[in-house]
This record gives sequence, structure tokens and C-alpha cells, in this order.
Amino acid sequence: MKKLLTAVFTLLLAQAALAGVKIEHWVSPSGARVYFVESRVLPILDVQVDFAAGSMFDPAGKSSLAALTLSVLDLGAGKLDETAIAEQMADIGANLGGGADTDRASVYLRTLSSKDKREPALEILRTVLHQPLFDAAILEREKARTIAGLKEAMTRPDSIAGKAFWAAMYPNHPYGQQASPETVATLTRDDLARFHARYYTAANASITLVGDISRDEAAAIAESIVAGLPKGEAAKLPLPPPQPKGSLVKLAHPASQAHVYIGLPAIERGNPDFFPLLVGNYTLGGGGFVSRLMKEVRDKRGYAYSVFSHFAPLKQTGPFQIGLQTKRSQANDAIKVAREVLDGFVKDGPTEEELTAAKANLTGSFPLRLDSNKKLLDNAAVIGFYGLPLDYLDQYQGRIQAVTVNDIKQAFSRHVRPADLITVTVAAD
Amino acid sequence: MRLQQLIPFLLVPWLLTAAHANPYEMTLKNGMRVIVKEDRRAPTAVQMVWYRVGSVDEVDGTSGVAHVLEHMMFKGTPSVGPGEFNKRVAAAGGRDNAFTSRDYTAYCQQVPKEKLEEMMQLEADRMRHLNVDAKEFEQEIKVVMEERRMRTDDNPQSKLFEQMTAVAFQAHPYRRPIIGWMNDLETMTAADAKAWYDTWYVPNNAYAVITGDVDHHAVFALAEKYYGPLEGRALPVRKAQTEPTQEGVRKVSVKAPAELPVLIMGYKAPVLRDVEKDSEPYALDMLSAILDGHDAARFNKKLVRENKVALSVGIDYDGTARGPGMLYLHGSPSEGKTVADLEAALRAEIAHVQKDGVSEQELKRAKAQLLASQVYKLDSMFGQAMEIGQNESAGIPYQKISRMLEKLQQVTAAEIQAVAQKYFNDDALTIGVLDPQPLDGKARRPAVATRH
Repeated sequence: MKKLLTAVFTLLLAQAALAGVKIEHWVSPSGARVYFVESRVLPILDVQVDFAAGSMFDPAGKSSLAALTLSVLDLGAGKLDETAIAEQMADIGANLGGGADTDRASVYLRTLSSKDKREPALEILRTVLHQPLFDAAILEREKARTIAGLKEAMTRPDSIAGKAFWAAMYPNHPYGQQASPETVATLTRDDLARFHARYYTAANASITLVGDISRDEAAAIAESIVAGLPKGEAAKLPLPPPQPKGSLVKLAHPASQAHVYIGLPAIERGNPDFFPLLVGNYTLGGGGFVSRLMKEVRDKRGYAYSVFSHFAPLKQTGPFQIGLQTKRSQANDAIKVAREVLDGFVKDGPTEEELTAAKANLTGSFPLRLDSNKKLLDNAAVIGFYGLPLDYLDQYQGRIQAVTVNDIKQAFSRHVRPADLITVTVAAD
Repeated sequence: MRLQQLIPFLLVPWLLTAAHANPYEMTLKNGMRVIVKEDRRAPTAVQMVWYRVGSVDEVDGTSGVAHVLEHMMFKGTPSVGPGEFNKRVAAAGGRDNAFTSRDYTAYCQQVPKEKLEEMMQLEADRMRHLNVDAKEFEQEIKVVMEERRMRTDDNPQSKLFEQMTAVAFQAHPYRRPIIGWMNDLETMTAADAKAWYDTWYVPNNAYAVITGDVDHHAVFALAEKYYGPLEGRALPVRKAQTEPTQEGVRKVSVKAPAELPVLIMGYKAPVLRDVEKDSEPYALDMLSAILDGHDAARFNKKLVRENKVALSVGIDYDGTARGPGMLYLHGSPSEGKTVADLEAALRAEIAHVQKDGVSEQELKRAKAQLLASQVYKLDSMFGQAMEIGQNESAGIPYQKISRMLEKLQQVTAAEIQAVAQKYFNDDALTIGVLDPQPLDGKARRPAVATRH
């Protein structure tokens, strides 16, 4: 096992046998937060640059601006057109990708770590981040593709249900804003350039590097990425989402199965209640085939192939969500069963036996969360982006072990109030 | 069997096997093979048990039974109660999964390495001692029907692919969907599942692939202990089933609630039978990479970016299978363009390859991507086990994987042009079109205008 040292402080070594991931952290001279895990076994380097530039920062009436800005970044930058960028990356076997969710816009590079491969790959990454062209003709093409994709999504019961669910949970918050063909059609090159200038900045970035380089090399690479970004300032968050009242949204659709979502805004990243909720939810609907929802809805009654519950903590209050699909004629029966399971769990929590099983899985499976460079990158990037404690992974198992039935009951009663639940059905009879 | 598997797995095997003995292999007396690939990067292990039986082995009237049995495998043995399998894996801190394909059925657990033994014990137990309980079956078949509704009935692309496959293949069992026809699921009984299990779930029809932080000697000893005592039994003779030669283009259309039309053009294509002697599957793989291996590869560059005839376009070819192969071109036309426009554009790209071939630079690029992807593949223990298992399921020994990679690196531009000329042939073509229907039966709203 490697020693658990970080640049900032020394971690408790008590759990070294369980974890052993050394995340180094520093702030680059130009002001971005950097997270680094050295991993020398494979000749690979992964670099992820995260900006607080997700869809929550879409201005009112301009939904999809964050997503479109990110997706157009590598379609022409500096002196390279979109073809040159893709061909040059392919020539060295490097992959450039990314994605935007509600909170983050992430640009991701995987390259072979030898200098002759990684340096040209990093050069393209820098160009894409620093000097995107936002070519007007390419933007129009991508807008047309986005609009077509949105229209297709609006025919899919699952997408319809997901959009309606978020809109109902966050009626007065950017998390509830839904992209539509109309909003995408209004976006201009200036919108993208302004969004990029405001949010793709050093102060608004965290950089995560994992792989076959030294700490010094990581520092130089990170600084070379940050130095070309405007200094900027950290993104300002909107007011926290208000808690909506419980409601039922029922939408028609010709599908053979109803799609059902039940939930409410529940918890933000970094909230200490996360661990009791995580452990409790394992028993409720997070633990796959051993969860109560799976047993009652699928195993005992054959109502659904997939039924789950989960918490998705975000920068601001993220959702708790139950999801299932069932033959449309039995939707109400399935919802009734799911609600009974949830209400019973909120009232009484798990049994001691269930709690023990949940802890055994969540702590026992910990090594599986970290057994590849890609997984290390994902974990370190989340820790960095959300400002979680650097020893988050080291403390993870201990925090789970400490959870009691009473902690779970209290946390659920605070965050999952049955009267406030929002239920969305699509294609239910 | 997802159509969106855009990177054929032939393109991504690993690089370093030939250098040393790893992986290691043994065969138990009952005929079961055990393949171990040591990878000590993290204290975890993956066990996969593969049965050489899939939907290709089914007969009319019980389509879907291979997959239904996969579900029933979690319903208990005399020593492990219903649902107990999942519970034991969960308690071990593990994740488990199973998958049924045309060619194989596989069961997988990812666990902390010290739990591997318990996983082997559990898999060995259900290899020969499954209890196919009628009451459990009655519930589970409903779950499978919900799965079919979700994956196929309410998914227009899946439905198109299902219909198209049933047209492309007329005699070969690949014509049947893996999930099974709904009517076959409705009439299936526990006895059907039991018969399937009794026939095919024997050690001589299985192999285990184990990767991770393990010692192969120790794993072999555990395999002797748990799988060794299971008795083998002769398998039914599997007669070769050959699809008659197609002699003319076939067309199928499917109407479903959707916005975008979808076009799939499926050509009959060869699959790899002999790693040394065959050459065409390698050439088709490299052709796929040149047409669709990156964002500026020919298809995306020409059809999406330049002509804007397509919103998306791709190629899908899997050169390893027990049965006959197909190569698919697929895409959706842009607004204002038709399926016919897209078909014409795809045909123009194919004609271009047939007439002028591909450039050395394109070929070199595809080979560089292939080399890098072999290294990236090593980042996933699960992926490494899958690769060994899938190749073995198609009759390709894992020892040959590195040789296949060498053969891919040797493909020439002339070979690519030759396979393009030979296999993009209308007489062996099946065309599938998704004809999108409004959700409510009413006319659509006018399209939002965008400038071009």
C-alpha cells in the first residue's frame, strides 16, 4: 500500500490497509485547484478539466447553452479546424471527450503517457480550452442536430418522464429548466463566446490528473492548462431551490409500459447526512437485487424489470428518486407498492440485519470503486470539483460503519418527507 | 446485441500477452476449462463463467429460453435459497451480473480478491444444482416480459433491428431475438427452462475466466475443489445451420412512435473462423475504423459535417461469432433530408472506397488508434475478462488474440478495397427503415427553423 500523504496535510494512516489512494492537491500558480494521483503501472495519462459551467448556469431562456458550448469546443480552435483536431488526436491514439451535467462541464483527455504522444495531445487540449473558434456555420449545424435530438427525446417515454420530473421538482430553479428546440434555436455565437469567457476560467476550474507522470510533470501540465485561461472568478450560485409541495403529474403516451418517477429535492454535496442516506438507501432501493423495492416490486409481484431508488447530491439540493417501468395497466398497483415500501422505510428505517448487510456491501465493495485509473480519475475529480475533504476516500468506510438505524431514520425524516413527494407517470392507464 | 456497439471488440484487445505465460489455463477432468489472467494492480478479482449456449441454440416456440434461464439461475439451489445468491455476493462486497447473447450465456462477479473462493463455490453450486421452481418461474417470466416491453416493444430502434434481423436471416437461428418473441414468453413453462438447464449447464459446456489480483496456482486449486467434482455429460449434437445464400435485396419497414427516421443497411459479411488463414474479417475491421473510427473519419466528416445529410451515422461490424456475420451501416437523416437521401450518401461513400480505395494515411491512423486502444483496455479487469470470454465463445482461443492484433496491423489498403468491392453487394443487402409516427396520431407541429 502506498502512503497516504498529501501536499496539504497528512492523513490518518489507520485505514491505509483499506484505501491507499494518494490524492495530491495544490493550487496552481495561476489559481486553479489541481488534484493528482500518480499511477505508474500502465503507460496512460488521464486529464480531466472541470468547470462550474453546467446547465445550472444557463441564463434564463437559453437552456442548452452550457451543453452546446462544451460540445462545440473541439470543433475548431486556434489554427486547427474540426477535422485537424480529430485527425491529430487519432494519429496519436488519444481520445478527447467530455460532457456537461447540471453542475459541471468536463473536458477529458486520455493519452498514452510517452512524451511524443502526450505532448501533442496536451497541446490540442490547451488549444481547445483556450481558443475555441465557435465558428458560426458549425454552431448552426450543431444546433440543428441538438434540436433534432431534443425532438426525438420528446417522443421517448423515459425522457418525457425525466424532464417532467425535474421540472416539477425545481419549478423556480435552473435545475428545473428544460432545454427545448425553441431555446436552442435562439442561441448565438456571442452567447457561446460570452459563456466561455465567463465560466471557462482559472478560478472556476479544477484539474484532475491520473497516471504515468511525476508530481513535477503534473504541476507543469496543470499550469500550462491554467495559464492560458482568464483568471476570472468562481461561478456564483443561484439561490438554493425552494422545496415544492407534493404533486402528481400524469402524461399520456402510447407506450406499452408506464414510466414512473417518484421523488423530491433532497440533499447537496458535502451534507453530513449523505452517509446515513446512502447506507439507508442501499436497503430501500440502492442495493440492486437485495433491496426492498426490488423484492417487493420485481421478485414478489413481477411488476418491473428495473426498480431503484437513489440520492444524487449536487452542488445545490439534488434529488432523491425512485424509478420503475411497468405494464401500463398495472402502473397504479406498482406505484402503491413502491410507496408502501418507501413509507414503511421512512417510518421505521432498516432492521439491524439489513443495516449490517448494507454496511458489509458498501464497505466491502470499496476496492471495486478504485481498481482502475478511470475510476480513480472519476473519484478524484468529484472530490476536487465539489471541494470534498481530500481524505474523503480514506474516511469513506469509517463513515459508513458509524451509521446507526436511528441516524438513517432521522436523515430520511429530514430529507424524504412523504407529503412532499412528486410523482410523474408517463403512459399509465 | 445492441446496435450501438460502435467499436467492434476485435479492435480493442490487449497487447502484452505474447510476452509471457499470463494468462494461464487448465482443463478439469470433467472438461471444464479455467483461464486465469493475473493483474495485480488492485486488490480485486473478476470471475466469469461462460456457457457455450445462447439463443442460437433455441428452437421455434421457445425463443428466449436461454435468457429466461439466465434469470432463473438466481432463484436458488438446495443449499442456496431463492435470492440468496445475490445476497451472498452483496455481503461479500461484490457486484454480480449475467448476460445472454446469441452465442453464449455468462455470469460474472467482481469482488475483493479474498472473496473469490466463495464466488467459485456459488457458481459451481448452481452449475449443476439449480432448482427451477414453478412458482418462482411464474413471477420471473413476468419480469422478463417487462424487460421485453422496455428494451424492444417501446424502443423503436430495437424493434427495427429485431424485425430486420428476422428478414435478413430466414433459416439460421440468428433470425430470432435473444429476448424471445412475446408469444413464446407467454406460453413458456418452468419445464422448458428446466429442460434447457439440464441439457446445457454442464461443466464440459462451460469455461471460467478469472482476472485480477490472484495467483493462478491458487485459482486452479480452487477450481479443482469446487468445479472438479461436477459431472460432465455428453451434449446434444449441434448440427451446422447454414443460412441459404441471399439472392436479392430485402426491405423491411417498421412504424413506431418517434421523431427521427432510422436507416439500417445490413450486408452479409464473413466472420473469423481461422485466425491464420482468414484475412477478410481483419480488412473489414480496418475498413470500419477508417469509415467510422473517430469524429473526422469518412462517415462523420462527409455525411454529418460536410453534406449535413445525416444527424448521425455509423458502422457496426463484429468479426467474431458462432454464426453468420453482418456488417451494418446505420444513421438518421437530418431535418429536410430523407432516408433515401441518406441511403444515397452512404452508397456514394461505399462506392468511393470500392473505386478509389483508402489512403495510406487513413490506414496508418486506424492502426495507431488500434495500438493505443490495446493499452487503454488494460485499465479494466472486467474488460480483459470479457475479451477472453467473448473470443472463446466464438471458438477463437484466447492465445490467438495477440495474433489477431498482428494480423490487423498487417492489413493493406488493397485488401480493404477488395473486401469493399466484394461485400457491399446489393444481393446480400437487407434494408430496414424506421418510419416515425406521431405519438397522438395527429400531425406534427411545424419544425423550428434554423439557419443553414
